[in-house]
Amino acid sequence: MHTAAGVEARLPIRSDMDLVWVRQHVRQAAARLGFGLVDQTKLVTAASELARNTLVHGGGGLMEASHVVSGGVDGLRLAFSDSGPGIPDLDRALSDGYTSGDGLGMGLGGSRRLVHDFEVESAPGAGTTVRVTSWVTGPRHPRGGH
Amino acid sequence: MSEGFSRPVAGHVPVLRLGDVLLVTLQGDLYDSSAQQLQQDLSETIARSGVTGVVIDISGVEIVDSFLGRVLAEIAAQTELLAARTVLAGMRPAVAITLVELGLTLPGLRTALNTEAAMELLARPVVASRSGGRHEESP
Repeated sequence: MHTAAGVEARLPIRSDMDLVWVRQHVRQAAARLGFGLVDQTKLVTAASELARNTLVHGGGGLMEASHVVSGGVDGLRLAFSDSGPGIPDLDRALSDGYTSGDGLGMGLGGSRRLVHDFEVESAPGAGTTVRVTSWVTGPRHPRGGH
Repeated sequence: MSEGFSRPVAGHVPVLRLGDVLLVTLQGDLYDSSAQQLQQDLSETIARSGVTGVVIDISGVEIVDSFLGRVLAEIAAQTELLAARTVLAGMRPAVAITLVELGLTLPGLRTALNTEAAMELLARPVVASRSGGRHEESP
């Protein structure tokens, strides 16, 4: 069980400029929560992949970011949702090498490896929501604290 | 927005010419369109100038996702077809770790730890090998 402190930010994903804002928001939020540099980089990269999916395959949508806490550990949850065509075959979409757009097929399967928790909700015609959560692991590196 | 945001790079990425080499320094967070524009600019500049090498310094880049990775791989492939070689210089360790985990290992892309090492790599003679690819001779 974890407690969510509520959605802290809602960012539109409508253009490649929005992808830049998504990445910068996630990096700042992760740094504030005390994520180490490698974990920040992984989470920002996953967010970039998922936001691009929302833009390219979902026809645009939004990202919601929330601070979550479980057993005293801080986490950052990101939800990417669109009301696009949905994913007809989720298993296939999650397998490596699968691509339906002009990526390298790393989108969903690759992003899943970069985060701790990963869930997809999608149905044909009903849009797609991908929720990912990463937790602050290892020694804390609070911002500015040495 | 706070000062912690690095300035997004919109529009043009400058391409500098140093002798036979084009030097590109990527900084901060790139728009997709800027990366694509760079891809086109580089091919045109190589074809026009006849340079034999391209160094792309990414030490100022905090993340490389599959889109930027694909653009970089395509730049390398294009320059190869235009009789030049591309070296990617200065990838941050966190970026390398993330790319491998993402499943994007960018085979065929030459890398160097910094711009200086990249320039040295490009200064070495190239020998054709029977296996199709080319490799650099050790000094």
